Amino acid sequence: MIIAERKPIAEIVEMTRNHEKILVLGCRGCVTVCSAGGEREVELLASLIRLGAKKDGRKIEVQEGTLVRQCDKEYVDSLDNWKGEYDAIVSMACGVGVNFIANLRPTTMVYPGVNTTFFGGSADQGVWTEQCAGCGDCVLHLTGGLCPVARCAKSLMNGPCGGSQNGKCEIHSEIDCIWQMIHDRLERLDRKEQMLEVAPIRDWRTAGHGGPRKTTRDDLTI
Amino acid sequence: MSDFKPDIRAFCCHYTSQQTCAEGSEGLKQDGFPESVSLFRVPCTGKIQVSTLLQAFEDGVDAVYVVGCPVDSCHNVKGSQRAAKRVLAVKKALSELDVEDERIEMFHLERGFHPEFLAVAQEMDKKIKKLGPSPLKGEPA
Repeated sequence: MIIAERKPIAEIVEMTRNHEKILVLGCRGCVTVCSAGGEREVELLASLIRLGAKKDGRKIEVQEGTLVRQCDKEYVDSLDNWKGEYDAIVSMACGVGVNFIANLRPTTMVYPGVNTTFFGGSADQGVWTEQCAGCGDCVLHLTGGLCPVARCAKSLMNGPCGGSQNGKCEIHSEIDCIWQMIHDRLERLDRKEQMLEVAPIRDWRTAGHGGPRKTTRDDLTI
Repeated sequence: MSDFKPDIRAFCCHYTSQQTCAEGSEGLKQDGFPESVSLFRVPCTGKIQVSTLLQAFEDGVDAVYVVGCPVDSCHNVKGSQRAAKRVLAVKKALSELDVEDERIEMFHLERGFHPEFLAVAQEMDKKIKKLGPSPLKGEPA
């Protein structure tokens, strides 16, 4: 899922300072699962925005809403439910949601309520770790299912580097060296020889280095 | 500032407030329980949400505190630990809003011991009288 975390409240209060009617808009997708921008977090942010305004002696009306998803046009259309009740939106969806509202509502001011951080999974209660970089050219079949693009600090294709010490990364000493993990896993799977294959220089255009990416499925388009 | 009467909301669990509640309002007054503190009893402090704590500030109180079981002996195992985390989240939010984070506190007390329960109420009353009205009331200082 996409992981996000709420922006500092002072930053949100500052960006919404000139508005009198705000809609705090959550998303029931990934940000609900990672407790950053679901219904509960909308309630908290709305309360904090009201308190921030009160402290500054400003009047503000804050509406609360949560869409099924903010990354689909048909759900964004349901913004009409709050027509006339806001002059700016604070979206608690990931950056995709903010962009979708900006794309579809040309005259509506929209602000991000969260920082979108990475694609990850829940490692423990309240802990999420990055697992995938969305690079567009998956190499997991070569690396035992463990991603060196997302989980190696240097995104090395031929690792480990000389900074791998006792199974830990030299950049973050608390993080396991993913290339050590790839090696150990391939050994357990009796495929250690895969480590000897030298990966060619990689074409990073699929990773966004060739500009914004787009996927079109002919079988789904009408 | 001298005539400032704080409005403090206290959330306490069934167990930590048992003896205090048994005193009745007249008994509490005689014991010196501050009039500034309104008690809200909940089955377990783990039930209190961050939104409940923020709502108290939205309602215009000057401070909030939570009294739950000792960290390692909550009747519901981790209820008071959860409450402490939520209090911490509100402390952080208050700091971000540039408001004194002492306006919210968590206390872990043994079950039913009235003197300690009374002491934290007096401590909060004294502290908030010193701090003055909450800036979140939107009133001119």
